[in-house]
Amino acid sequence: MLGRGHFFKWYMGIFLVFLYAPAILLPVFAFNDSSVVSFPLKGFTTKWFTVLQTTDSLHVAVRNSLMIAVTTAIFSTLFGVLAARASTRFSFPGRRSIMGFIMLPMVLPEIIIGVSLLVVIIQMGFELSLWSIILGHILICTPFCIAILSSAFMNLDQSLEEASFDLGQTRWNTFWLVILPLVMPGIVASLLIAFTISLDEFIIAFFLAGTEPTLPVYIWGQLRFPQKLPSLMALGTILLVLSISLLLIADYFRRRGVRKTGIENSGGFL
Amino acid sequence: MTWFQKWRRGEGAQGLFLISPTLAFTLLLLAVPLVLVVALSFWTQDYLTLHRTFTMDNYKTAWSEPMYQYLMGRSLKISMMVTAMTVLLAYPVAYFISFYVPPKRKAMWIFLITIPFWTSYLMRIFLWKVILGYNGVVNGSLMGLGLIEEPLSFILYNQNAVVLTLAHAWVPFAILPIFVALERVDRSLIEAAEDLGDSKLRRFFRVTLPLSMPGVIAATIIVFIPTIGDYVTPRLVGGPNGLMIANMIELQFKKANNAPLGAALAISAMAIVTCVALIFIWMNKKYIRGAK
Repeated sequence: MLGRGHFFKWYMGIFLVFLYAPAILLPVFAFNDSSVVSFPLKGFTTKWFTVLQTTDSLHVAVRNSLMIAVTTAIFSTLFGVLAARASTRFSFPGRRSIMGFIMLPMVLPEIIIGVSLLVVIIQMGFELSLWSIILGHILICTPFCIAILSSAFMNLDQSLEEASFDLGQTRWNTFWLVILPLVMPGIVASLLIAFTISLDEFIIAFFLAGTEPTLPVYIWGQLRFPQKLPSLMALGTILLVLSISLLLIADYFRRRGVRKTGIENSGGFL
Repeated sequence: MTWFQKWRRGEGAQGLFLISPTLAFTLLLLAVPLVLVVALSFWTQDYLTLHRTFTMDNYKTAWSEPMYQYLMGRSLKISMMVTAMTVLLAYPVAYFISFYVPPKRKAMWIFLITIPFWTSYLMRIFLWKVILGYNGVVNGSLMGLGLIEEPLSFILYNQNAVVLTLAHAWVPFAILPIFVALERVDRSLIEAAEDLGDSKLRRFFRVTLPLSMPGVIAATIIVFIPTIGDYVTPRLVGGPNGLMIANMIELQFKKANNAPLGAALAISAMAIVTCVALIFIWMNKKYIRGAK
């Protein structure tokens, strides 16, 4: 047994280096005092971060992306709550196939979703805008929200709901006073996950972006210019810190939700 | 009470009512667009005007032109290699977390494995270019150690780089389903095999692996189907010989202005990938049945 444990120690060590290599190099190059992104390192600087402050086109892209991500988070969580509640509480005809269909964007290549939305929008004679990206993002984020929210709703004890009915509360009041507070942590986690996915999504945004770029579309445009790379590393570092903080917050809420319903915590997201 | 009122108050109606907004949204933005793409693949486009007469020409071109055949074959090969590498990398990790990590620490480990996935997608791919490049991290450290004299050039701008970068991007998605399947394996069955005298290796191949196969299948599907549609990784690290079918689809929809051909290529790629995935699932069913 000791021999096997030893194998896993080595394997996990190498695996974690492989897994974390890009995430660790990103801040290293962001603070490196050289206009070329390569080794050996030249010294410490924060000038690439100051460059970001004065780039106006970047600020526009950030504003667009934030608008898209917030809208996407709200709508996909709303759709997620409805679907998760319906599928965990009620049995209705065709439930499995309906849920399978709604979860489909999770396994569909994003290029297919991008292409098909592009075709529809052009055929209907609409202009590409930030809204077309929002629609695409809601489509791909909803399955992730459902996955998180389903476990929140599944852990609900149905007798709490029945108790509320017995005490004379209406269906509506029961939802607001009993169910919603219990699944609130799941809802917060779902909002944060959808926000994070949308903020980083490139493939669909690239197909559906009109004249207004999102942050990843902006980054893609800049990757061609070698002199822009160090400041992109700084930008990437900020995004990394931001998404990890959001994720830690989301995980905190998810755990709190699990504790509230009194079920042993196991596993992470998804 | 009429049957309609009864039905309306019942579980089925309430469930359908609740799910209807999400379902309607998905129908409108997924099903309708997909149907339209299928229709488009049977039409033709001539600069900006679309001719809506039924034709199989796009499919004929997509399936007979050597360039498209070649790209399709290469994409399929790369996707399969990515899937194999991802699942092989992921299985020991999932096994370690499920069998060796104390229950209280499992959630933390899963979290640790999902974090890199949240690094900016474009940055992650770009950094692999930095790691594998001519003056990159790998070459730099190998030369520093004196293991090689000249930088290795076969590690960037080719299919290996695409496979490695994609495997890195997808590995968390493969670990999770395999981990869930391993958690469900009844430990007493493994003990029973041990008591009956099976060696560690036999125990693994006769009990643990077949029982965790649903997780492996889920991981395979989750990785294999979406990788065929990636056009960013091939573009950034693939070089001229690493481009995939998705790059061609993107080109047809954007610069080449031939959306119908792009649609035919996209649908052909999806159909091929789905068939391969179904064959894989079918073969696995046979394997699991054989093991019983």
